[in-house]
Parts: sequence; C-alpha cells; structure tokens
Amino acid sequence: MKSKLMTLAAVATVAAGAAAAGTLDDVKAAGKLKCGVSQGLPGFSNPDDSGAWTGLDVDYCRALAAVVLGDSEAIEFVSLSAKDRFTALSSGEIDVLSRNTTWTATRDTDLGISFVGVSYYDGQGMMVPAGLGVSSATELDGATICTNTGTTTELNVTDFFKQHGMSFELVALENSDEVVAAYGSGRCDVFTTDRSGLAAERLKLADPDAHVVLPETISKEPLGPSVRSGDEQWFKVARWTLNALIEAEEYGITAANADEMMGSANPAVQRILGAGDNDYGAAMGLTKDWAVRAIKATGNYGEIYERNVGPDTPLKLGRGVNEQWTNGGLMYAPPIR
Amino acid sequence: MSSVSDGEAQTGPERTGIAALVFDSRARSLFFQALLAIILIGMVVVAIQNASANLAEQGRAFGFDFFDRPSDIQILTTFGTWLIGYEAGQNTIWDVFLLSIANTLVIAVAGIIFATLWGFLLGIFRLSSNFVLRGFATIYVELLRNVPLLLQIFFWTAVLRIVAPGPREGGYLVPGLLQFNSKGIYGPYPIPHEGFASTLWALLAAVIIVYGFSKWAKKRQDATGQQMPVFRISAVVLIGLPTLVFLATGRPMEIEWPNFVTEGPVFKRGFEKGLGSYIAPEFFALFLALSTYTAAFIAEVVRAGIQSVPKGQSEAAEALGLPGGLSMRKVILPQAFRVIIPPLTSQYLNLTKNSSLAAAIGYPELVAVFAGTTLNQVGRAIEIIAIVILVYLTISLLTSAFMNWFNNRVKLVER
Repeated sequence: MKSKLMTLAAVATVAAGAAAAGTLDDVKAAGKLKCGVSQGLPGFSNPDDSGAWTGLDVDYCRALAAVVLGDSEAIEFVSLSAKDRFTALSSGEIDVLSRNTTWTATRDTDLGISFVGVSYYDGQGMMVPAGLGVSSATELDGATICTNTGTTTELNVTDFFKQHGMSFELVALENSDEVVAAYGSGRCDVFTTDRSGLAAERLKLADPDAHVVLPETISKEPLGPSVRSGDEQWFKVARWTLNALIEAEEYGITAANADEMMGSANPAVQRILGAGDNDYGAAMGLTKDWAVRAIKATGNYGEIYERNVGPDTPLKLGRGVNEQWTNGGLMYAPPIR
Repeated sequence: MSSVSDGEAQTGPERTGIAALVFDSRARSLFFQALLAIILIGMVVVAIQNASANLAEQGRAFGFDFFDRPSDIQILTTFGTWLIGYEAGQNTIWDVFLLSIANTLVIAVAGIIFATLWGFLLGIFRLSSNFVLRGFATIYVELLRNVPLLLQIFFWTAVLRIVAPGPREGGYLVPGLLQFNSKGIYGPYPIPHEGFASTLWALLAAVIIVYGFSKWAKKRQDATGQQMPVFRISAVVLIGLPTLVFLATGRPMEIEWPNFVTEGPVFKRGFEKGLGSYIAPEFFALFLALSTYTAAFIAEVVRAGIQSVPKGQSEAAEALGLPGGLSMRKVILPQAFRVIIPPLTSQYLNLTKNSSLAAAIGYPELVAVFAGTTLNQVGRAIEIIAIVILVYLTISLLTSAFMNWFNNRVKLVER
C-alpha cells in the first residue's frame, strides 16, 4: 500500500513537473530568512523589552542569516506553538526551525524534517512547590502534572510514571504561558519540561524561589535546529553553520578576534575562517568567508551560551554537558577540512 | 478550454461562435459556468499533485495505518476516558480518536442544552415589562456576545482558579452536594444495586400511564369542554410511582460520596481519586464559557422570533382571557418557533465548532488531542486534518438534519 502510494506520488511529481527550487536560492532571492521560534522562552527565544528576539535558538538563526545573506538582522521570526512547529516547517512556512526542539527518530524520519545537529543537550526535569517538602521524583505518586501539548515531555512523563508504578494526571496545554499559569494557580502539583525550560519558565512565576527543581533528569533531550527534508544543500548549510560556531569555540575564535585570527598560524583556524586558499564555502554555494560572518554576528557557541543562558544570566545554567569535548563536555563538532 | 479556440476560429455577423458567448444569455452562462468548473477542477488537481509531490520529496507516505499504533500518552480524565476505558499504553490511537470525539460531543450536548434553556429565558426577559429583568437581559446579551469567546474561556478558567480552594483543601460549591478545589469538582455518584431495575420499570410504566392519561384527558376536553389538572397528576405519577417502588424494594441504591484525605503522601491528599463523580475544571470552565456565550445569541434569536408574531395574536389571546404564561406557551411560542428554529440550528453548530477553542485550556477534545497531540506524534498532518474536518462536518450535518426534522414537525403543528 505504502509503496503504491509512493509510486503514485512520484508519478504525480513527474506529471506536475514541480521541482522545488533550492531553499538557499529562495532565501537569497527573498533577502530574508524565515526562522521558526517559540512563543517566548527566556534564554532560548524570547522578545526583549524593545521587541527584538534574543536567545540561544535565535542566535543560531542570526548566524545562519549572516552566513547566507551577510546580515544577521535579515530574519523574519515566526512564533510557533509546540503543536504547530513541524507543520510550519514541512509546509514551507519557515526555512529553519530553531525552537528548543528535541531530536527524535520519529521526528527526523516521519515528519518531513531533518535535524541538523544538537545546539543544547538537555533533559526533562520536574519542578514542584518547595513547601510540599518533596525531594525526589519518585515521591510524585498521585500528582497532577502540567506540561506543553505536542512535546516529547508528554511521552517521557508517562514512561517515567509507568516505570515507577505510579499514577498521575496530565494537563496538557498549548501555550507555555498557560502551563505556567496553571501550575502557579495550583491546578497542577508538578510542572515538567526540559530543565533549561524550567529554569526559564520559573522566572515567570510570582515567587521563583518558592519552587524547586527535583534532582532526577527523566529523559535525554538533545535540542537542535531542523530544516525541511529533501533539500540537501540547505541541510548542509544549516548543519555546517552550527558546526562552525561550535568549532570556533574549540579554537578560540570569537566575534572580537575573528579578523585578527585570520593571520593565525594554526591551519585548523585558517580552514574555519577561509583564510588564504582555504575555501569550504563554494561546495555549499557560499563564499569562502561564510563562517567568519556567522562568528562575527553572534560570537562562537560559548559566547552565545554565556550571553543567553549561562551563569551570569537569570537562567544561571552552568555549561555542564554542553561544555566542549576538550573540557569533558559533549559539544564535539566534526572538523571543517 | 477548447470551446474558446473553436470560438476564436469562427467570426461572423450572426450571434454564433464567439459572439454568442457575449450576446446569447444561455450560451454565455453555460460558457462561464463551464469555465469556472474547469478552473476549479484544475485548482484541485494542482493542489493534490502539489501535496503528493511535496510528500514524496520529503520521503513521507500517505496512509491511515497510524490508527493501529499504540498510544503512549496520558490524557486528562474526562467523560471520554471512562467511555473508552482509556489507559496510556493499553489503547491505540483509534481509541484516542474515539475518546476525543466523545469529549467533543459531551461538551457540545451539555453546552447546547444549557444554552437553550438559558437563552430562551433571556430572550423572554428581554421583552419583559419588568424593567429589572429587561435591563439585566439587555446588558447580559450586549456584554457577552461582544467579547471574544476565547477571552471568556480564559476568564472562566481564571475565575475557577481564583475561587477554588488549593489542591490539598476542599470547599463546597453547592452546599451539601458539590465540593471542589483547584483540581476539580466532586459530587455524589449513585451506584445501583441488584433490584434497582424494578424502579426503572416503574418509571417506564409511569411514563406510559401519563402518556395514556394525557391523551384521554385531551379527548375528554374536546368532547365535554372539561379540563383535568393534567400537569399536576402527571407529575405526581411520574415522581410518585418510581419512588414508591424504590422504597418498597428496600432502596437498592448506594450513594458514593467523595472522600477527602488529609493524611498520607502529599500528592494523595485532597479528594480521593475515583470516589464519587468528578468534573475536570477545564470542562466546567469551557461549559460555562460556551453556554453563556451562545445563550446571548440564542436570546436574540428568541426575541426576534417572538417579535415576529403579530401583536394581534397576543391581543387575541388576551381577549380570550388566557393568562400571560399560557398565551406565551400556547399562542406565541408555537408561532415564533418557525422563525426561531433555523437560526437556532446555526447557534448549535457554532457552539459545537467553538468547542475546539478548548485546546487553549487543555480540555481534551478533538482538536486538542487528535489534531494536536496525536498529530505531533504521528506527523500525518494531511490525513489527520482531513479526518477532523470530516468529523466536524458529520456532527454538523447530523445536527442540521435533526433540527430540520424538528422544524418540519413544528411546521405541521401550526395552523
């Protein structure tokens, strides 16, 4: 059945003669990148006081816009609910989805989207009011739990409670602000989402210090940007933009010293920056200084992290597993060579 | 399209060929209708080709096999959960689909019943000679129908949250009957024992007796002009007979009350799960919002219907000496009904479709669960959205069909 329909679809493609133009060319022609972000998650994608989007996920889009268009401001941000994000990407409403989205097999293979890499290694955590005196997630039997609909957290929490033989009630809401409101009002005993999300969302509560995040991390949540499937070129551009940001940190290339580093004797640095005869952009349809534009626009991965979610921000998230592999973390970009 | 080129080929002074397309009204209308049909069909074909081409390009299949997959998500406990017996991991996505339809139907039916009663009352209030009632109804209608429904849903959700006691406290919503806290509304639940069937048989017998009695009373009135107190006698029989049998068989029913737990693990404190009847706060907020909002529109429909009955009718009823209530029931409303029913049907359809706004507050109906959570899990947007459209269409068509049947009945009754 499946194969027959596929054949039919393929026949229809030929009949229609519709070969979609490459996303890279489309973006260049439009002069702006359409980037799908959240409805407001501090540290990842959130409008600041002046209405400008900021955050780790937003900075990835800025880097990508800098690579493709040479202008990190040439972006149209599209605010999406967790529920609508994949349809928006696969239907072509956005060019790239950078919205604290977990990379899973189903999403990568069955939704018509492809993940380009991991920009933040996260795990699902649970937050409870400190006054309840709960210290472990295994004490949550009978609790009512609030979360976002259309997320992996919905599934993980069911797995976790089943595994521990505990019962629970789940209230799944579409807008994350509604989730916070429901938790804040006592409708739910527990608020669950990615740990980074908990750190961000607790800032919206009346008294952030009256809530504790339980020590258990109940799932792996590798968050990363994704693009529409079926466009190899655009996929590579998106993937290597992320890799360039991560590798730039490894070799100490920052927004401030990028020009200076052009003269570096380290061949790895020269390759990233496209110094001398090095040109790793041409094969992707880009100029040879593609990575320089990204690094100058947003800084390397470490700078993006520290600026948006690091210890000096309200989120106060340490690097943890998001440290470079050279420092014992998981951030390991394939080499540009 | 070929007709165009044919037409272009012939040019002559007569009103044939291309000239006919302009001057002959029949040929003109045929031509443009055919043209429109071709354009429409072409658009549909292009849309289908586009969709399948895009799906193929992204390596995605089209099909409904996902219905058999197991469903691993927990869904808020509501009517649908009990109906399907849903448990995460034990049921399939097909069950989730049925559950979400059940939830949509429950909110629609409950909302329609309450909105109708409240709307009729408000509509009559608006025409009342009592200044307070009229003023109240006018303000109510103008306020509720002019504020967006989504805001009203959020409003009722917020009100419930503010009014309700905390999760480990309890309070009475209706003294002696309904208790509530931020997790829901809890009430008594009747559990019939063996022998309760005889009470149900008694009720059935009472209904048959009342039906026969009212027929007989009407015949008698037609023949002799004498009236019987039909309503009172019917009420006594309907309530009295089953009650007598219920008591005689030794009250074979137990009332289960919610149990409030104050000891033990912190998350088990509060109202005990599974005891008594339970309504989720999301359902209640949505029910209040949908029914009070739609009632405002129904009130206007009813008012228009009543005002469409010529004044002479109520004057004639008055001249015959009918009291106000009786003239409304026997003279005005039966005539107003033929004006009320068609727009009332649209209000019912609106309410049903508006229930999809529940996704915002987490009530697990069709759009929130099936077109939301399930869509995200299986990723078959085209299939799922098409199914959801079909379900709403079916519900709406069935509602219209029922209302049209009712409309015809009302029409037959009128003179």
